[in-house]
This record gives sequence, structure tokens and C-alpha cells, in this order.
Amino acid sequence: MVDHDSPVTEDELHAFIDGELPADRRTAVEAWLATHAEDAARVAAWRLQMEMLRARYGGVASEPVPVRLALDRLPRRGHMWIGAAVAATIAAFLIGGLTGWLARGASAAAPSDYDIFAMDALEAHRLYVVEVRHPVEVPGTESAHLVQWLSKRVGYQLRAPDLDRIGLKLVGGRLLPGPTGAAAFFMYENAAGERFTIYSARANAPDTALRYHAGEQVGAFYWFDNDQAFAVSGMADRDKLHKVAAAAYEQIDTRSPGARRGS
Amino acid sequence: MGVVGFRHDVEAAIPALRRYARALTRETEAADDLVQDTLVRALRFEHLFNGGDVRSWLYTILTNLNRNRLRSLARRPTLTPIEDDDAPDMSGPEAGGRDIERALAALVEEQRAALLLVVLEGLTYREVAEIQGVPIGTVMSRLARARAQIRAYLDGERPTLRRVK
Repeated sequence: MVDHDSPVTEDELHAFIDGELPADRRTAVEAWLATHAEDAARVAAWRLQMEMLRARYGGVASEPVPVRLALDRLPRRGHMWIGAAVAATIAAFLIGGLTGWLARGASAAAPSDYDIFAMDALEAHRLYVVEVRHPVEVPGTESAHLVQWLSKRVGYQLRAPDLDRIGLKLVGGRLLPGPTGAAAFFMYENAAGERFTIYSARANAPDTALRYHAGEQVGAFYWFDNDQAFAVSGMADRDKLHKVAAAAYEQIDTRSPGARRGS
Repeated sequence: MGVVGFRHDVEAAIPALRRYARALTRETEAADDLVQDTLVRALRFEHLFNGGDVRSWLYTILTNLNRNRLRSLARRPTLTPIEDDDAPDMSGPEAGGRDIERALAALVEEQRAALLLVVLEGLTYREVAEIQGVPIGTVMSRLARARAQIRAYLDGERPTLRRVK
């Protein structure tokens, strides 16, 4: 199938120096470079860049690792986001308004903030999963619009995770009140008609690991991250719910929409 | 994977993470802050790690944290570090190091990350595509743009070398 004489593309030149080119195409590229001076100069320039980069930074990996990076000595929470966290807390304060703030208690770090959030999430879950005709305001078929709208209202970029892999389809979503302002609500459904929901709002409390909050016959896994809180609610089958929460978390956190932007 | 295996793998990746972070930020302190935050998060969400390659997972976290860091810096422009522009470059390896550093600084974040993951960290296009959450074609175009821009920078725009008396 491989044509040894076909012109070499720029992609192939990159693949060539990055060791990604199939062996049967490598000789073709070498032959091409022998007769195409401009491409040969490009490849030489890229190789020089590689050498410069490795010369400049390669040695970092052999430096002794600073004590503060020892796994046993790590702080519970990263420090770098404190400035941003303060800014977001002030923003949430302004958005939420003084009344809401005082009603919640002045201590942003109070553990009860987590429970309040989880209870709000479960309340929304209970209320809407039983809805047959109007479970959502915007259907999952318009997910791009839904996500854009809810992101604008909650004030940060949301993502409706794609949970196809675990058999869940996005039913849709709606806007709800949250602890300090707007909250976004997404509903998913499997072939058996079981529903799971994701509830997200601005939060004023320190980050948490994934935690479980049990309600009556329902439960929620929730986490606070960088002043955004997320809860995944469903029936109180903890293992099953954990699977859904883990799949949702994976997409919400480490593959946030920013990473998908083209360059 | 057991807890011990996971921690061990995380620990083994620290030198490479520091190298990547240093090139990504070009600042020693900021780079180690980034690595520290990556490790904190990795251990905190260990139970969500689904058994793939720990190293790729850590690169993913670090890449995303750095994007957040740049955004929060952009929101607070007065706190952006002042660029080290005092000593004029002469020649030799020092000058080369500073040139490549400046060329890197001029890149768009996604292009810089793609280039460093391939060239410095030796990851495959496929791994980088997964880390950045984009198709392989996008990784290749980021790589191509990064290389073209660095080449143009090194070829033509070396004001510091021209200033040499």
C-alpha cells in the first residue's frame, strides 16, 4: 500500500524526526531530503531546536528533588490558587448577595457548606428525576446550547460529560438556584430508565476529595475544586454511583473544555 | 494497581514532571509549585485513577493546572512576573539556552505544551493527543506551528545577538 515515491508531506517530516514514521516510509523521506534542500534545512533547524531544548532543560530531571515535593510532606491543598480562590470567593459573595451569604454563615470553611451543597443537589435530584414530561428545560439534543447557557449563568465553563461509555445518555439540563447563586443541573438516563444527575455551582469552601453523602434512598458523590462544586446524584447504590461519578469527574476535571480548544 | 505501586509510580515521575514544568513556565519556583499542586491532586484523586499510564495522567493534570495558572495570571496583569531582560546575550551555550527560552515564551500555550511533551518528554503523538484532549491531527498542527515559529525566531529575530558590540 505504501508508495515509496509519493511526495513527502510536512507531517511526515515531523513524524520522521519524532520517530513516528513507519519504517517503510523512512527511507523514502531520507531520499527526499537528499534532493530537497529546503526541506532538509527545515529538518536540520527542527533538530537544532530539539538539541537546544534538551540542552537547556534536560538537566532538570537529574537535579535533586526539593524536599517540599516529597510525597509524605505534601500540603493537603495546593497553594498556587489561593489568590484565585479569594477572587472567586469575593465574586461569589457579590453574586450571591449579602443575605444569602449571611444565611449560610460567615465561615467559608465550615464543613456544613459541603452538606448544604450535597443536600441542595439531592433535593434537585429528587424533585426532577420523577418528572416524566418536563424533567429538563433544554433537551440533550441541544447540548452545545445547553452547556453554553448554563456556563454563562453559573459564571464558569461547564461541561456535560459524555457518559455513553457507561450507558448513560444526556436527557438535558436546567438552571436552578444554588447555595450562592445559579446552579447548573444535568440529567442522564440509561436504557433501564435509571436517572443520574450532575449539579454544579460556585462554592466558597476549600477543595475536597470525592465524598459521599447519603440521603433517603438516594446518594451523592460530590467534590469541591477551585471554587466550583460538583455533585453526582443517583439511587443509593454506592458502587454504581461511584462509577458514574468517577466517569463524570474524569471529564469535568482533567479534560476541561479549555483543553479541547484548537490552537 | 495497589496503593504502593501507584505512589511509587508517582514518585518516579517527579524528575520528569519538574523538567516539563520548568520548560513550560521558564521559572523555577513556579514550576515546582505546579509540580507540587499536581502531586497533591494526584494523591487526592488517586481513587479515580483508572489504571492507565500514571505518567500520562500526571502530565495531563500538570498541563491543565498550568492553563488555569496562566488564566489567573491573565486576570491579574499587575502580578505578571517582569521578564528577565537585563543581561544581553553573548554567544556560546548560555546564549543558546536563553534564545530557546525566549522562543518558547513566544509560543501559544497549547503549542508549547505539545512541543515539550513530544521533544523533551518523548511522548508519542497519541499520548499527547490524549493529554491535550484533541485529535492527533491537532497535535501535529500545534507541533508544526511551534517549530515554524521557533525557527523564525532563531533565524531572524535575535535582537540580543545583533546588539553585541
